[in-house]
Amino acid sequence: MEHYINIVIRSIFIENLPLSFFLGMCTFIAISRQVKAAVGLGAAVLFIQTVTVPINNLIYVYLLKPGALAWAGQPGLDLSFLGLLTYIAIIAAVVQILEMVLDRFLPALYNTLGIFLPLLTVNCAIFGGTLFMVERDYTFAESVAYGIGSGGGFFLAVVALAGIRERLEYADPPAGLRGLGLTFITVGLMALAFMGLAGMEM
Amino acid sequence: MAESNLQLLTSSIFKRNPIALLVLGICSSLAVTGQMTTALVMSICVTLVTAFSSMTISLVRHHIPNSVRIGLQIIVAATLVIIVDQVLKAFYFGLSKQLSIYVGLIITNCILLGRAEGFAMSNPPLPSFIDGIANGLGYGFVLMSVAFVRELLGSGTLFGVVILPLTTDGGWYPRNGMLVLPVCAFFLIALIIWILRTFDPSQQEKE
Repeated sequence: MEHYINIVIRSIFIENLPLSFFLGMCTFIAISRQVKAAVGLGAAVLFIQTVTVPINNLIYVYLLKPGALAWAGQPGLDLSFLGLLTYIAIIAAVVQILEMVLDRFLPALYNTLGIFLPLLTVNCAIFGGTLFMVERDYTFAESVAYGIGSGGGFFLAVVALAGIRERLEYADPPAGLRGLGLTFITVGLMALAFMGLAGMEM
Repeated sequence: MAESNLQLLTSSIFKRNPIALLVLGICSSLAVTGQMTTALVMSICVTLVTAFSSMTISLVRHHIPNSVRIGLQIIVAATLVIIVDQVLKAFYFGLSKQLSIYVGLIITNCILLGRAEGFAMSNPPLPSFIDGIANGLGYGFVLMSVAFVRELLGSGTLFGVVILPLTTDGGWYPRNGMLVLPVCAFFLIALIIWILRTFDPSQQEKE
């Protein structure tokens, strides 16, 4: 159990997707003007990450890995080069299904997350989470923990950034830095602060 | 289309730079800027993939049903990225290990979909191809500038060649540890944006 808690903690604080791997920056910066929107986006990422990373893990282990098709009588087959294409298709499909399910059964949640869902198909954080899972050869249970942790890390980072940006509205920076430039500096400082958490473990 | 192909090329590099202006595709652009070599390879990959995906999308643009166009654009992009990835793995294995997941992440690079959706869907193949190259070069310009500062001041080398001999190796230049950290890429991008927007006030954001 401790092993899995460690994966969660490490992916939230130390290997935070936006702050230490720069993944999902586009949405991270675009939708962090207000805390309310940021909470919605963060929740959507957390949700999708928790679903897609384990699904892609199953696909990788049982269909794509070298020798994974042994159960179908094809032990010599290596389909791992199809990985990129498959994962993105799975993510797109999950996002689409989720959108329809939420719309049908949980309209209140759909109204809060709705606009962010289609964006998430092309969110590097979601796709990067899957690629890291493959690169590190996680087992199914580990990939569930990693999905929760990396999604939670994004949630934390985007909400914190939105909180800071709301305050920055009152600042008076040089004209060229206004908006985007200042946001980058803020993100940089946040990333520096997160580096202080390196080495934390249960 | 009032712009000539040449104007299209130059305006995308400076006036409409995808990273500085549109905040597109910065995910990968920061993580691979520790060295000039990785930044250069990444820029080449992105330029090629953007150009060819724009051209492909533009060739079939009249046959794409509106409802599935995003899915189709992603599949075209993914196929091209797989080709790039396999080529890197086959001929430059060390580099492909260094770039790790960031080659795969070209698929979700917003520049790619942004250009496919914003330009290639409504323009003929040749301008789309040039537009793709131009945006790739604009991306490469920012990437290489950041990598230049980081590698030169952070480890005293350019493309792995020693320019400023480090004190640790008996030279005179004390290494700047801050620039080796990925974090400082954020500050450098902020600086580039600041400079670009100071010289072109029309790009500044309203209060």
